[in-house]
Amino acid sequence: MASSLVCTVHPVILFSIVDSYERRNEDAKRVIGTLLGTCEKGVVEVTNCFAVPHNESEDEVAVDLEYARNMYELHKKVNPSEVIVGWYSTGPEISVHSVLIHEYYAREAKNPVHMTVDTILRGNKMGIKAYTSCPAGVPGKTTGTMFTPVPVNIDSYEPERVGVEVIKNGKLNPKRSVHMVTDLSQIETVCDDLQEKLTAITEYIEDVLNNKVPADNTVGRHLMTLVSSVPDLDLDEFEAMLNSNMKDLLMVEYLSKLTKTQISLSEKLSTL
Amino acid sequence: MASSRRSMDSVQSVQIDGLVVLKIIKHCQEEGSGGTDLVQGVLLGLVVESKLEITNCFSFPRHNDDDEFDEVQYQMEMMRNLRRVNIDHLHVGWYQSTVFGSFINKALLESQFQYQHSIEESVVLIYDPLRSTQGFLSLKAYRLTKLMMEFYKDGEFSPEAIKSSNISFESMFEEIPVVIKNSHLINTLLCEMSEMSKEKPDYNCLDLGTSAMLEKGLRQLMSCVDDTASEANKFLSYLRQYQKQQMNKSQHSQKRQAENAQRVQRGENPLPEEDLNKIFKPLQQPSRLDSLLLAGQIDNYCGQVTDFVSQSFGKLLMSEGLQDDSQKPQ
Repeated sequence: MASSLVCTVHPVILFSIVDSYERRNEDAKRVIGTLLGTCEKGVVEVTNCFAVPHNESEDEVAVDLEYARNMYELHKKVNPSEVIVGWYSTGPEISVHSVLIHEYYAREAKNPVHMTVDTILRGNKMGIKAYTSCPAGVPGKTTGTMFTPVPVNIDSYEPERVGVEVIKNGKLNPKRSVHMVTDLSQIETVCDDLQEKLTAITEYIEDVLNNKVPADNTVGRHLMTLVSSVPDLDLDEFEAMLNSNMKDLLMVEYLSKLTKTQISLSEKLSTL
Repeated sequence: MASSRRSMDSVQSVQIDGLVVLKIIKHCQEEGSGGTDLVQGVLLGLVVESKLEITNCFSFPRHNDDDEFDEVQYQMEMMRNLRRVNIDHLHVGWYQSTVFGSFINKALLESQFQYQHSIEESVVLIYDPLRSTQGFLSLKAYRLTKLMMEFYKDGEFSPEAIKSSNISFESMFEEIPVVIKNSHLINTLLCEMSEMSKEKPDYNCLDLGTSAMLEKGLRQLMSCVDDTASEANKFLSYLRQYQKQQMNKSQHSQKRQAENAQRVQRGENPLPEEDLNKIFKPLQQPSRLDSLLLAGQIDNYCGQVTDFVSQSFGKLLMSEGLQDDSQKPQ
């Protein structure tokens, strides 16, 4: 029976999972943990997670359930609206032990979602997948469990997106680090970015005009909307607006510098 | 520990994992109702040479009045549990969200002092959620200077104490540069995520609407200046009272001397010298800590306004350039 479940994951979860994988014990091949979040109307939104210590060997698996419960209680104190919505494991496949673990989580949550993050990078991709289980088999004979895949979306709050963008800047840096920059330099980077895009567009237009590339109507329409969205203002009006804005900025800047000088002065005076 | 106590000078920069940044953002978003409430939490990590590495964090639940909540116990349990999964369990600081940069107050000073007293290298990370919504990630690390630590330890905030310790509002806190670092695997995750996510790049930071921020900045400056003015008034009235008292004291002693001289003339015993302090109770010296904090806060607001103004200028000039170009063919 196909479930219309959709799984939405916040980036912090993925980071957390990868981090707990990196910190795993030496003999552990994979890491498991609980997923917390909210579940409504067929959308499971995963907003938090924590790792749970477990031991896995060929024939048995042991999960520290006490720990899982404790951590859940602690997390609940911070955010009472989060409930257990499933569990995650690193590694590309679903093993036999996963079924057992999933059964435990089925006791805690209504329809637990099992998420796998492929940290072994099989096939050169870190696959992020989610599944729900349903019993399968022939009635009367041994029943098994089937894990049906569930589509995964990555969603984030507005500030989270900003954070991820900043972190992404460190992708290509050999030291993998990002310095916190001033606002002005951030605007500069965004402008450079825009400029690159504009150059690409102009090159494309040139190519189309020289008949090197066939013209595409949809692209043409987008370009029309782009060009017409630049507001057509009367030059004087625009100058007036610009000047008044600049004057406001200058005034506030002046006042703040004045205040600052004033405090330094008063400080010197009071310590005479 | 075998190694000697590291001096505070040794921590030159703070290195944060991408994970911590996202966790802080998420906590503030969820609990601070988008940034209006204060959200606090603990930073975990370790110190490596001159870098303070922050590798994980967890948040503190907000204090509800009816909850008897043991903060210490919560913290201990959390750290014990995190230790089980090999997460660094060393306390290296704490983080707090702020509303428009108004975080320099007694509470922060007190908490940071406690932290730095027990763990020398601890920092406080200030995260501004409202600026992040506008498109600029605002995450700063602060620490009390050595001067401030010693000054606060004494607990004496009279004007003389401030003069002798040479402390000014600029030497209270020092900002430490922050670097965000990711591991290789996280890098892979980022690449994977950018493929998976169909989000368009966000150009929120190019928003030209400046008046709201300017207004807010000015309002904050005004209220701070009002507070400073009232503090200054208090100090002035104390000075006036002190002067009056001095005058009274000298008058009294003069009268005493004159009387004694008369008595000696008449052949009687002079009156015993009375302790002037008993007659004129010494005035309570006002604490200058508040004005120091206010000055620091004003300084911070001014810095923020400057930052904001500089980037607004950039955007305005850019739009001017765009408009000029569009007008050219006409």
